[in-house]
Amino acid sequence: MILTPAIRYTLIGVLVLFLLSVPHIFGDYPKTLATEILIYGLFAMSIDILAGFAGRTSLGHGAIFGTAGYVVAYYVATMNGDPWLAIVFGLLAAVLVSAIFGALAVRTSGVYFLLLTLALGMVVWGVAYRWTSVTGAENGLLGVARPQVLTDLDTYYYFVLGVVAVMALIVRRFVYSPFGQAMQGIKESDSRMRTLGYNVPLVLTIGFMVSGFFAGVAGILIVYLNNFVSPNSVALALSTQGLLMAILGGVGTLWGSFIGSAVIILLQNVVSFYTERWMTILGLLFVLTMLFAPEGLLGKGRALSRRWLKSQSSKS
Amino acid sequence: MIGNLIQIANALSFSALLFIVASGFTLIFGLLRVVNLSHGSLYLVGGYVGMMVAVATGSFLLAFIASALVIAVMGYCLDRWLLNRVKDAELKQVLLTLGVAMVLNDLALVAWGGDTRTIPIPELLVGAIKIGNFFYPKYRMLVIIAGIAIFVVLWFVYNRTKLGALIRAGVDDREMVQAMGINIRRLFVFTFMLGSALAGMAGTLGGAFLTLYPGADAEILVFALAIVIIGGRGSLVGAAVGSLLVGFLANFGQVWVPELSYFIIFGPMALLLAFRPLGLFGKA
Repeated sequence: MILTPAIRYTLIGVLVLFLLSVPHIFGDYPKTLATEILIYGLFAMSIDILAGFAGRTSLGHGAIFGTAGYVVAYYVATMNGDPWLAIVFGLLAAVLVSAIFGALAVRTSGVYFLLLTLALGMVVWGVAYRWTSVTGAENGLLGVARPQVLTDLDTYYYFVLGVVAVMALIVRRFVYSPFGQAMQGIKESDSRMRTLGYNVPLVLTIGFMVSGFFAGVAGILIVYLNNFVSPNSVALALSTQGLLMAILGGVGTLWGSFIGSAVIILLQNVVSFYTERWMTILGLLFVLTMLFAPEGLLGKGRALSRRWLKSQSSKS
Repeated sequence: MIGNLIQIANALSFSALLFIVASGFTLIFGLLRVVNLSHGSLYLVGGYVGMMVAVATGSFLLAFIASALVIAVMGYCLDRWLLNRVKDAELKQVLLTLGVAMVLNDLALVAWGGDTRTIPIPELLVGAIKIGNFFYPKYRMLVIIAGIAIFVVLWFVYNRTKLGALIRAGVDDREMVQAMGINIRRLFVFTFMLGSALAGMAGTLGGAFLTLYPGADAEILVFALAIVIIGGRGSLVGAAVGSLLVGFLANFGQVWVPELSYFIIFGPMALLLAFRPLGLFGKA
């Protein structure tokens, strides 16, 4: 980047101020959007942990995200349980599902990993769609009330902002920790890591569980925002959208996930204003990204600015 | 007993249809290394095209041929305009076809609406055949016969013709085929069109007994994925064995434990993959 530290800290300061003042500037609808952007940014970030730092692209994270949501919804809405305790159960469920997915998928890589996680995600969707007595099938589970303290939308926005910020910092710490370095080593060459004595499947499974934990946090936050959960919360479309957000932001950048999330959610709301064809637009966005900017918007921007700087310096 | 026989026959006809879809998928995956996630959409659009032709001309055979041709052309465009630009980047290709699938499904929804549609079957095939002492729908018999016929034709092309030898060689070692001076690009285009055509004709065959609706594409795609994962990349016999497995599991799963019918198919698949990452007949 061409940013000097001074410019960088100013930018971060402005951004933090902006995020803190969102409830005071905007009305309810944009506030909800901002909350969604934060939540889906965290979700995309959880996908980026694997895609960017372990070289494993998952299309099953929507299922983990949704499972956590379903458990919370079931405990709160059907069993009238405590909404704070529900969060613990939701996270446990997310980590459990991730452990199963991980154990089955980490022996594969590349396209096979993608297909297997996609298929595993479909299994979860199938259960949510058919196990009517528990999941309410197509109707989903309604009336999932937030904890009393967070009922007000402004309060909830700040809560989400705080949680997401803390989670993002933890993710950052995690991928640059020795364990995260081991994952990156596997991304570079798993045979080398095996030779060095690393238990590659175990490292990847743990990495998958950590990634699933954060997907679960996002899934719980979204259920408490919308107060309901449905099979769409575990559908392939959701995994796809999360992955596209991560890719748009730039795989392996972490922060880019929030840019990708903002782009897609804002675009979705603008587009749906004019046309019903959001899926077409999203699909085209996918195709165009793959053709012209597979390194993501951040990466593309960097490459373009580098080229521009070069052309400037060659002129002088 | 009779009930079970009918269920077995139903599972067979479903397996035959799945085989036609999965054989195209596995051909493309095996030779081009492309996981075409829009294969299910090609099936669905093929079905809709077949429906329109069948309604307009009253000929089921014409519908069948038209769907194969139209979808082959679509496959050609997909390969030529899109996949060709992201050569040798498997993940990019997968995600690109995922985008294509989204667009196609959405446009199909615009063009043919969200209602469930059926392709009219010819008079000749209405009704049932009496086999021993039970009756079985003629049309489903035809699907079983079509599945077997397509398997035989593909097997013959694959194992007894020069073209098939090239395809098999390409599956095993692409660089070697190129080094021998074979125009592999032409072979790729042909394979992609053939694979797409198979999806298109399956759409017409399936549209007459499974019906066509938005979402049918994803369901068929997931079955095809499971079959190819079980059978192994690029293996015709693998696709046949996988189709029978998945067809029977899906059919009996729905009869016995409808709530967990997805589980019944993917549980065994996931376990198999954990122990044999390349599937039953897959080669590295």
